[in-house]
Amino acid sequence: MKFSSIFLLIAALAATPVLHAADITGVIIFKGTPPAEKEITPLMDNADCAAMYKTTPTTHFYVVGPKGEFADVVVSLKGVTGKSTGASAPPAVMDQKGCMYSPTILAVQTGQKIIVKNSDTCIHNVHTKPTVDGNQEFNDVQMPGGADLTYTFPKPEMFLKFQCDVHPWMFAWVSVFDSPYFAVSDKDGKFTIKNVPPGKYTLEANHRKLGAQTQDVEVADKDVTVNFTFEVK
Amino acid sequence: MKTNPWLFRFAVLTAFATFLLIGLGGLVTSNNAGMSVPDWPTSYGYNMFALPIKFWKGGAFFEHTHRLLASAVGFLTTILAVWLWLKDSRQWMKWLGVIAFLLVIAQGILGGLRVTMKMNSLGIFHGAVAQTFFVLVCAIALFTSRAWNELAARKIIFIPRGLRSHVLFVTILIFIQLLIGATMRHQHAGLAIPDFPSAYGKFWPDTSAVAVAGYNAHRMEINGENPITAFQIILQMVHRLVAFLILAGVAAAAWLARKRLGGKDSLTKLAIFWLALILTQVALGAATIWTNKAADVATAHVMVGALSLVTGALWCIIGFGRSASALPDAQAFGVFGVQTSMMANK
Repeated sequence: MKFSSIFLLIAALAATPVLHAADITGVIIFKGTPPAEKEITPLMDNADCAAMYKTTPTTHFYVVGPKGEFADVVVSLKGVTGKSTGASAPPAVMDQKGCMYSPTILAVQTGQKIIVKNSDTCIHNVHTKPTVDGNQEFNDVQMPGGADLTYTFPKPEMFLKFQCDVHPWMFAWVSVFDSPYFAVSDKDGKFTIKNVPPGKYTLEANHRKLGAQTQDVEVADKDVTVNFTFEVK
Repeated sequence: MKTNPWLFRFAVLTAFATFLLIGLGGLVTSNNAGMSVPDWPTSYGYNMFALPIKFWKGGAFFEHTHRLLASAVGFLTTILAVWLWLKDSRQWMKWLGVIAFLLVIAQGILGGLRVTMKMNSLGIFHGAVAQTFFVLVCAIALFTSRAWNELAARKIIFIPRGLRSHVLFVTILIFIQLLIGATMRHQHAGLAIPDFPSAYGKFWPDTSAVAVAGYNAHRMEINGENPITAFQIILQMVHRLVAFLILAGVAAAAWLARKRLGGKDSLTKLAIFWLALILTQVALGAATIWTNKAADVATAHVMVGALSLVTGALWCIIGFGRSASALPDAQAFGVFGVQTSMMANK
């Protein structure tokens, strides 16, 4: 190859824009007034659990801030599969504390470990209720102070339910994705999906009660902002 | 035939224990506690009969006591079957005892498999077998009673075939209704329709996808939080319609019995008792909705449902037995041993 050809090749490569991964951020807003949460009165009838509360705790299906900041919405890139790094990702942790799951909304990758703790002084059973073939239903006893339990799920599934049948008000919902491109909105309604490769995607925001909304998004070399608004009709 | 009052009393005890067991099973489902003890036949790794009291809490209290009472009913049924085999002279009664024994064993295994295999559908089947077993044990109690064995000696009023068929049809309808109810309960979705007598404010609710999504958005269930589906809404509507058919059918049975048999006849009284049960059951069904499926109310609904089924079944047995004994045609004899009594009285 002549020197001039090499020079031209280098020049061409230098002129080609190199696209880097970027973040998708946004805020989820709840519009209007959410339905009133219910007091979990059976919890207060249970001596083990009631001892941990001064007032009756409520359900928290709609976690909405003063300005409509909407937490616990699961945001993900729809249709992105086969990209899971779950096997090497740090485990997600879910605790049972005060006879409630914490957090109640969690998102993980396929193959990623979910560690379930029991910080309570009473017995719990961890009962998973998948609806997708390939994800196993588990039902394990966890004694107070007992060893942590570890679960993994190989198939993507939205809102896979964890429940305790000893305390039937105890629920958590774990969404499983086949990629690392997802996030759960925080108490400020904010979410960030990190290091998204350049390309065109459909971004899906999913609330367990209100279902899914989608928006098309194109990621280039700059961070992208996408907001969603939910309301109860 | 000479009856053994102690055998009768023991059969009644077994039937009563079974009734309580159905109630306790109802509490297990009403409290979504069926899976609270994940292992079987052990409980939390302990021998079932040696589980420390400290673990009898929350959902585990209902599930564990259900297992213990089920064991007691199994034990009572075993004694009853052996007693019938050794002491009852009627061959078919010996085999009825064997069937009861096999059914209670199968029911126990079914309950265990529902836990270990984690299958809700087995729970529905478990509930249906429980109702069938209750009818069987009550029938055994009836057949061991003095009243049954003196049936042929009494002044017989023939039961019209139409009335017998009518009661049989309504009894079958009640069993179907119990299956629908069991299916609804084992969906673990709370109330599919939260109001009564209207349904989402209408005569017939909107079951479109948009409407169902709206219902789910507003639902705030504490227990059994699964989203409801259009199927579950329609199932509850069918349950309501069948309830109306049963109420009309039982009211017609009471009216027909009074007209054909007279107000003093025992079957007329039984039919009126049946009507009272059904009216109670309708009230409990409404209360189940108005109390947002309170566990005690929903369980009472299950128990009165079981009593309604048994009452209809016993009415049919007595009705068919009496009719058989009232017929002059010897070929009609032989129904549930009435022939034996007839022969003895001749």
